[in-house]
Amino acid sequence: MSGSAFHRFANPGRFLRLASKVLPWLAAATAISFGVGLYFALLASPPDYQQGETVRIMYVHVPSAWIAMFAYGWVGLASAAALIWRHPLADVAAEAASPVGAVFTFVALVSGSLWGRPMWGTYWAWDARLTSFLLLFFLYLGHIALLNAFDDKQRGRRSAAVLAVVGLIDLPIIKFAVDWWNTLHQPASVLKMGGPSIDASMLRPLLIMFLACQCYFFLVTFMRMRALLLEARQRTLLYRRNTARPRSTAASGA
Amino acid sequence: MSEYFAMGGYAVFVWPSYGVATVLLVVLFLLSARRLQAAERALDEEDTTEDA
Repeated sequence: MSGSAFHRFANPGRFLRLASKVLPWLAAATAISFGVGLYFALLASPPDYQQGETVRIMYVHVPSAWIAMFAYGWVGLASAAALIWRHPLADVAAEAASPVGAVFTFVALVSGSLWGRPMWGTYWAWDARLTSFLLLFFLYLGHIALLNAFDDKQRGRRSAAVLAVVGLIDLPIIKFAVDWWNTLHQPASVLKMGGPSIDASMLRPLLIMFLACQCYFFLVTFMRMRALLLEARQRTLLYRRNTARPRSTAASGA
Repeated sequence: MSEYFAMGGYAVFVWPSYGVATVLLVVLFLLSARRLQAAERALDEEDTTEDA
């Protein structure tokens, strides 16, 4: 994307108008897909022949982990755009998505742990997949902490963006950890050469729950972006009013 | 029914997974919605004081 195209699409005013139109549809899509997804995940899918009913944890764990990584890609790329083009909407996109990604990362870690105990016999192991995924959680926490660490908002955003971009290296490490190292974690069974090796009755709830989590991500991220933009506009208005009036207050004080 | 909730003996692993996910996603949504509402309301008030 060239700089000018980016600026045309990423106009904050245009985003605000677009978001207010899209948000109700996203909310409906999120609610419906979670409803259908939970129905298939909890009722209309069979227990696994090896894992029994614990396979149902997969429908929480795997979509959360996917969105956790997608969200980090979003944060990292938006941060790169913010550093390169200095566009305010890119900063806002990164700041808004970070807590959403952190929540999905935490859910993936907890549900993975609860799945690991009955299947592997342990809640946690310091192996490559699990450790690189825990690092993702700390990257999110670091990003959020840096955003709020400085009085100067712009300085906070700059340093948070640098961390987010450097942290992008963790995404391929997470993805390929199961191939590069010996790990407890099973290798990919959906996104792999030769197509998914998972039965349709389990692939269905998995993909619908993934769609639901994806809708949720866009819904909450766009809500937060809208809030951040409106708060910035509010600050500008207050600043304008406060700088426009000192003469009159000085006169009345004298 | 109670057999269903027992999840083949894995209830203590299956339900907390869904519970943690539900609680966190709902809380994050509510916090974000409240923040957005507050921002919209503040700006509305700003507009009316500006006009006055």
